[in-house]
Amino acid sequence: MQPQVHWQRQDYSRVPFWLYHDRALYDLEQQRVFRGPTWNFLGLEAEIPKPGDFRSVWVGDTPVVFNHDRDGRVHAFVNRCAHRGATICREQRGNRKVHTCVYHRWSYDQQGNLVGVPFRNGVNGKGGLDPSFDFAANGLRKLRVECLSGAVFGTFAEAPEPLADYLGPLAAAKLRRATHKPLRILGYQRQRIAGNWKLYLENVRDTYHASLLHEFMVTFGIDRATQQGGVAMDARHRHNFTYAHAASDSDQDAVAQYGQHQLRANALKLADPALLKFEREFPDDLNLAMLSIFPNCVFQQINNSLAVRQVRTKGVAEFELFWIFYGFEGDNEALTQHRLRQSNLAGPAGFVSMEDGEAIELAQRSTQAEPDACSIIEMGGRGPIVDCDFRVTDIPLRGFWSYYAELMGMEPPGAVR
Amino acid sequence: MSEAEAKAAVADLLADYAALLDEDRLEDWLELFAEPCRYCILPRENADLGLPQPLMLCENKAMLSDRVVALRRANIFNIHRDRHLVGGPRIRRLGSDTWSLEASYAVYQTDTEGQSRLFSVGSYRDQVVFQAGRPLFRDKLVLADTAAIPTLLATPL
Ligand code: FES
Ligand SMILES: [Fe+2]
Repeated sequence: MQPQVHWQRQDYSRVPFWLYHDRALYDLEQQRVFRGPTWNFLGLEAEIPKPGDFRSVWVGDTPVVFNHDRDGRVHAFVNRCAHRGATICREQRGNRKVHTCVYHRWSYDQQGNLVGVPFRNGVNGKGGLDPSFDFAANGLRKLRVECLSGAVFGTFAEAPEPLADYLGPLAAAKLRRATHKPLRILGYQRQRIAGNWKLYLENVRDTYHASLLHEFMVTFGIDRATQQGGVAMDARHRHNFTYAHAASDSDQDAVAQYGQHQLRANALKLADPALLKFEREFPDDLNLAMLSIFPNCVFQQINNSLAVRQVRTKGVAEFELFWIFYGFEGDNEALTQHRLRQSNLAGPAGFVSMEDGEAIELAQRSTQAEPDACSIIEMGGRGPIVDCDFRVTDIPLRGFWSYYAELMGMEPPGAVR
Repeated sequence: MSEAEAKAAVADLLADYAALLDEDRLEDWLELFAEPCRYCILPRENADLGLPQPLMLCENKAMLSDRVVALRRANIFNIHRDRHLVGGPRIRRLGSDTWSLEASYAVYQTDTEGQSRLFSVGSYRDQVVFQAGRPLFRDKLVLADTAAIPTLLATPL
């Protein structure tokens, strides 16, 4: 199938709504994006510290297991029995040397090779598999795996570009920043949002909405567009880094700028200000750092709350956000408690993130009836897709669409890249 | 106060808790908590793994009131009504003025189109203290079986 998209503009400043609603397009995305030449975030090495530890995750809507072998390597395979397609690992996590399917007990090693078939020689010389049955050719579908700075990525591509090249220097450096010490997993949050997955990838690249939709940021003066910050992308605009420098604007300026738009900057004070305390812990002074890695994850730093969010598609109009909160080994008890306290800022109940669930569902709901109408993506300017040293911009959304269109084979003639 | 009277008062506290949330009387709901107090929504998934990550955590009454103020003045969330169904509580004495309270809950949400959905199920694992003869929550732990939050979690469970 070759999707026919009528792009009104070559710079992706207009995006037709049907792209959020089309089932055939969704199926093609599974193939060309999630099972295509991309590297997908699987999880963190700290989640599978011991040999035999495994976790069940999703790449797009394909069930995948990644696990840790005896030699310290990480392998991943599709969690679907080669025999008749049953789910093999039913648990979210565990520790196992051999993975056995419950249906007819075929078993697989940690790399996904078929190692056991009950009654393969039949019973009393009757039944069983033909002696020509090739175990090596009938294992599980494997992913190629690479780890960078404690993060595990997998790809279905036969000959993928190396992970470091795929990320590019910017995303690789920011990933190293996010996981600059050995990690300690604090736990998980999950959220089901009734919207197309691309609405979320846009949302995390849309710095314009942050201090407008998430009024808490401005009302309580936590993050304001008047702070110094910006957006940066890799050369192909796959990934995006949004950042802000701590305490880099003045209260008066913020009150004046937001006041023009009926927003009350610093209108309220927290009864317990501990929630917003920022303890500098990275070499730089950023208190907001969001690294979006195409196609399925976001590393977040909001003050001292650190997490990685994994996007799992659940059909054309739903996705799961799977949040892994972490700190670092060696964090003292007070810092761990502070991270737990500050996790109130993000997640499905987050003071500065709960609104995203609502905004995405609003967009999904109302765009269905008029699939050929378009969204407007023009903040920060049209034409070339460039980095900005300001945040009232949605240029990174055009970057997202440009790479997406290339992957999907649906760029307009003369497309901006 | 007799044992039976105290137990009845603790059970009433739980009934008030659910009713005030369902009536969107969050400011009155706040007054069901002692000072100091803790309010925590913990996914059961994390509890089973021995991981501390909550969905919502207020370590004292000031933080709890910040939640309420933010919901009223800053946060934007899906417009809905809540409905709590709370199972029969298990109430046990822990100390002279301290009680433990456990109960199952289900929270349904009804949206502006009149559709209702099951939003969360789980259990309460609470500690209640008597102050000036009145029972108040010292510690409210909402152990949520429903780890995957539909849409978002704004109003307390
Ligand atoms: S389906 Fe797995 S062994 Fe038959
Ligand atoms: Fe947001």
